[in-house]
Amino acid sequence: MGKDLSVRLCGVKLRNPVIPASGTFGFGLEAADWFDLDLLGGISLKGTTLEARPGNPTPRIAECAGGMLNSVGLQNPGVDALVREKVPALRKRFSGAIVANISGFSEEEYAAACAAADRCADIDLIELNVSCPNVRHGGMAFGTDPKCAAAVTRAVKEATRKPVLVKLSPNVTDIVAIAQACEDAGADGLVLINTLLGMRIDIKTRRPVLANTTGGYSGPGVFPVAVRMVWQVARACRIPVVGCGGVRSAEDVIEMMMAGATAVEVGSENLRDPQACPRIVAQLPEVMDRLGIENLKDIIGIV
Amino acid sequence: MKQGWFTICENARLARDTFRMVLEGDCSAVGGSGQFVQVSVPGLYLRRPFSVSDRDGDRLVLVYKCVGQGTAALVAMQPGEKLDLVTGLGQGFHVSAAGKRSLLVGGSVGTAPLLLLARELQAAGKAFDVALGFGDIGLAFYVNEFKALGAQVKVATQDGSLGREGLVTDAIRALDGTYDYYYCCGSKPMMRAVCAALPFDGECSMEERMGCGTGICYGCSIPTRSGMRRVCADGPVFRKEELLWEKI
Repeated sequence: MGKDLSVRLCGVKLRNPVIPASGTFGFGLEAADWFDLDLLGGISLKGTTLEARPGNPTPRIAECAGGMLNSVGLQNPGVDALVREKVPALRKRFSGAIVANISGFSEEEYAAACAAADRCADIDLIELNVSCPNVRHGGMAFGTDPKCAAAVTRAVKEATRKPVLVKLSPNVTDIVAIAQACEDAGADGLVLINTLLGMRIDIKTRRPVLANTTGGYSGPGVFPVAVRMVWQVARACRIPVVGCGGVRSAEDVIEMMMAGATAVEVGSENLRDPQACPRIVAQLPEVMDRLGIENLKDIIGIV
Repeated sequence: MKQGWFTICENARLARDTFRMVLEGDCSAVGGSGQFVQVSVPGLYLRRPFSVSDRDGDRLVLVYKCVGQGTAALVAMQPGEKLDLVTGLGQGFHVSAAGKRSLLVGGSVGTAPLLLLARELQAAGKAFDVALGFGDIGLAFYVNEFKALGAQVKVATQDGSLGREGLVTDAIRALDGTYDYYYCCGSKPMMRAVCAALPFDGECSMEERMGCGTGICYGCSIPTRSGMRRVCADGPVFRKEELLWEKI
C-alpha cells in the first residue's frame, strides 16, 4: 500500500502536492504520452489571456548560472480556445486538479477571462498571474503594487466562484504587504514565486541575448529566494500558499512545505527533465520515510 | 521520445571548429533524418539540441560546431565518458515528399542532418544531388561522403578556396540536373535565399534557441502560415509554403 501523499488546496483534494508550473508544461496534453498524467497532483496550464497572443520574438530563452531566462511573452490561443479545446482535451487524459493560469492587461480583461474560465466545469482552480515580467503594461505591473494586486483580485473574485490563487512576483520590496493585500481582497490562496527579472548580454555582439532584452530568471538558483518568500508569507497570511521556484527533487518539495507551502509547483526542471514531476512524486515516500514524516500535512509550515 | 545514457565512442575534429561525436546507446527512439536529440551538458542547466547526422544500429552521430559554452564543454569530453540524451525529438524530413530528383542544400554545419537524409533517400530509391556552402575549405566536411553515395555534389565557398567562389545558391547553379523538390538546412539568411531562389517545392530545417526541446515551454516559436509554431515539436522541419520569411 502506497503512502497517502494527498493534500487539500482551497477545498480541492490533490492526490499529491506536485503540480507542474504554468509555462513549463504547455496545456498538459503535450506531455500526455510521456507518462501517466494522473501521477500528478494538478497541472497549471500555460498563461492565458482574454485574446490570443503570439508572444515575443525569438530568442526567448537564455542559459544562465543556476537556471535560465525566458521571455516567451504569454504566447497563448486565448481563453475561448482554452475552455473549448485545451481543457476538455486534457480532462480526457487527466483526472487531477486543472489550474487555469490567467493573465491580462486591465482589471476588466482579467475579470472577463476569469468569467470565461468560470464557465468551464473542468477547471478546478484559477491562478491569477499578476507577475509575468515579459509583457508591457500588464502582468507584473499588477503584482508589484499592493493596491493594484488587491483591485485585480477583487475584480476577479466577483467574476468567478472557483477558488482563486494569486501568483505573486518576487520583484518587490515587501512581498508580505502584497500577499496580505490579496488576502484581504478575497484571494483563496497564493502562489509564489514567479520569475525574477533578469538580463544577459552577448559580449561578442554587444546585444542583449533575449530579443525582449529582459526576461524571467528561474531554475535551481531561485530556490532559496522562493523558500524565503513562502516562509515569510505563510507566517503572515491565513490562506494557503503554493511554493514555486527552483524545485527539482522530493527533498525540495519537503523543504518548500516546511517553509509553509500546502502544494508545490515544479517549473524549469520540466524543461531539462521531461520526467521531473513523476520522478519527484515517486521519490517522495522514500524521502518521507528517511525523514520520519508520516503525513505531508504534518510538516506544512513547521519551520 | 526517450531519455537515456549514451557512451561517447568518438569525439574528433571534422573541420575547423567542427566536431563529429559518435554515441552508443538505446537508439530505439532516435527516428529519422531531421529529428534531433537534446544533450545534457555537464555543468550547464539547459539541454542543447543537435540534429542526428547519421546512425548505424545502436550508434548515432552528431556533428557540432564549437560556438559557445555548451559546445566547448562537449569538445572537451573524451571517448568512454557518458552523456544524458533525450532522443527522438521533432518532426524530421519528409522522405516521401521527394519527387523524380531532389536537391539537398546544406549550409555550413547545417550540412550535418543531410547525410542521414541522403541515406534514407537512397534506401527509398529516390535520386538526389547535393549543393553545399561553406565559409572556406577549412570548414568544409562530408563532401566525399555524399559523393560516395553516388550523388552529384557541388560546393561553394565564400573565398573560393573550395569549389565555386560564392554562396550555396551559386553551388546550386553549378549542378547539372532538373529537380522537383529540395531539402535545406543552414542559417536563416541562407535558407531564406534558397527558398527565394528555388521555384519548386521544398522544406527547411529551422533553428531557434530552445528551452525544453520537447514542446512544453513554447520558447522556440516562429510565425508560420498556420500561426505560431514550435520549432522543437511542430518542426524543426517545415514545408517551404509554411514559412513566413518576411516575419522570421
